[in-house]
Amino acid sequence: MAASTETAESAGAAATPIIRVRGLVSRFGSQVVHDGLAFEVRPNEIMGIVGGSGTGKSVLLRTILGLRRPQAGTVEVYGRDIEQVTPPERLAMVKSYGVTFQNGALISSLTVAQNIQLPLRESYSMTEDVLDELVQLNLSLVGLAPDAAEKYPAQLSGGMVKRAALARALALEPKLLFLDEPTSGLDPISASDFDALLLYLHAELKLTVVMITHDLDSLFRTCDRAGVIVDGHMITDTLPGLLRNTNPWIHEYFHGPRARAVERAVAAPDG
Amino acid sequence: MTMLALHRDGADWRLELSGDWSLGGLEQINAELRALPGPITGPLTCDWSGAEHPSIGAVWALLTRLALIGNAQLQIRHEGHPPHTIELLQKLNLELCTAHGKRAVALPGHEGAIARLGRWTVLQGTEAERVLGFFGRIASVLGAGLSHPRALRFPSVVRHLHETGVTAIPIVSLIAFLISVVVAYLGAQQLSRFGATIFVVDLVTIAVLREMGVLLTAIIVAGRSGSAFAAEIGVMQLNEETDALRAMGLNPIELLVVPRVIALMIAMPLLTIVADAMGLAGGGLLSLVQLHIPPAQFVTRLREALSPTTFWSGLVKAPVFALLIGMVGSYRGMQVRESARELGRMTTMAVVQSIFLVILADALFAILFVQIDF
Repeated sequence: MAASTETAESAGAAATPIIRVRGLVSRFGSQVVHDGLAFEVRPNEIMGIVGGSGTGKSVLLRTILGLRRPQAGTVEVYGRDIEQVTPPERLAMVKSYGVTFQNGALISSLTVAQNIQLPLRESYSMTEDVLDELVQLNLSLVGLAPDAAEKYPAQLSGGMVKRAALARALALEPKLLFLDEPTSGLDPISASDFDALLLYLHAELKLTVVMITHDLDSLFRTCDRAGVIVDGHMITDTLPGLLRNTNPWIHEYFHGPRARAVERAVAAPDG
Repeated sequence: MTMLALHRDGADWRLELSGDWSLGGLEQINAELRALPGPITGPLTCDWSGAEHPSIGAVWALLTRLALIGNAQLQIRHEGHPPHTIELLQKLNLELCTAHGKRAVALPGHEGAIARLGRWTVLQGTEAERVLGFFGRIASVLGAGLSHPRALRFPSVVRHLHETGVTAIPIVSLIAFLISVVVAYLGAQQLSRFGATIFVVDLVTIAVLREMGVLLTAIIVAGRSGSAFAAEIGVMQLNEETDALRAMGLNPIELLVVPRVIALMIAMPLLTIVADAMGLAGGGLLSLVQLHIPPAQFVTRLREALSPTTFWSGLVKAPVFALLIGMVGSYRGMQVRESARELGRMTTMAVVQSIFLVILADALFAILFVQIDF
């Protein structure tokens, strides 16, 4: 038994994962996307999910969120099977999630401020003053200027849309954050800023983050562990572990020409 | 229950926090924060030991309020397990106060009645210009189609012919049939008082062939296909598909608008013939059941009631109505910008305006036909 409380805490944390997926099978007609996929997300970690196009990363996310019912297998969040909980418990679970979708999915007919207020208005009774305060809070959390509040999504740049979507996801003060390709379509500077923002929020707000990403820079910089979907299964490991993995696809993914450039860049400051 | 208790001890101030500090308690926290007497002049200690589930929003509310009522150099110390987010929020709050000062919200300026009238007039002017331009672009594609028939996109026309024409047959038939039954029934009630029930046949024939067949078809088509055109093209606008077509050197008018308009101009006269036939059938059925006029006599009377132009005076309007509906639907679709709400607004506008234009055109036709004795 470890003596320090830090180790005891992390050992206890490892015993009760925030998300546990077991034996997941997803099929579309005859096409099998997940074939007995299993993995766990531990408390207070940033977990990356990678995989080739069409391997079902977004399907997996939708399944965990309960937007899609799998053909087989269980999804447990906070130790509860999401198919077994009562509707009110389910609602409470969903409200503790923050989710950003690939294209932001901001409601196009509402301003950024109204988008952020939407979940707050539906969940609590608050006066306009309080709502405005919370909009300012969430905008400054994600590093958007206050004047972005009155803009419509169509008036924002790609990077601002991603930040605004994150601000909306943070509005209900989630414990668990799901990000679907948060840095796709961003220039390297914005993407790098987003990584920094994510690390900062993760450290400050003590969030557990599940992030689908194709951005190797982002993966190496932010994630503690990553899961790779190969042939309908998930191989989960730390990043150094994945780098040593001998599976042909994983090897190609982490040792292709692009990956080598990233590794050099990441390794350079240390050595 | 109070959530804030402010004490003063000489130069030092002490704020004791208690109760539910989650987002759910924010309303009350905010009310009590507003009631806090200011200004706080000396160093302040916040005691968090009584606060339950402190949320980021509540901490934020406290910090912004304290920044407002304290002086600039207010020193705040937190004790009794303050939430871990407090340092982050303090930093953000300080940044927001220094970088942006008091957050100014720009209010839209008020416009006088004359300015509004002027803006409306200018808008109507540019709108009219745009509509004319749109019509011109369709006409130029049609003109080019005369020499290069490929520009008319035959496969696409066939698809739209199916969607706007073939699939509309059941609903057009049903409505034409029912309406003419109603007209014949009400007509029979009135005409039987003069013992002239045989004139029900004249009534139904002329009403259906001249006006109702084509008008009902136009209204149904405007509701079905006018809205579909606006919505389809509108979503393509939102997805930047029309921009993609332009960037590939393709003309969205040629690819999207003209096939729809041509298909509708072919489908509408055919649907009108169906509506006419079903309308006459409805009148015939009612005459048989209610007035005991046998079908043979109905047909004989129908031939006598018809003038050579009756059928054509209805049918000739169909392509004109089709052009109006197709153009308005496509035009509104091309105008969709930015948001889902705009899509709904433009689709509604497409249906309302095309029905209005159809009825206006029908009135003009009526005057024209009387003048030329058609």
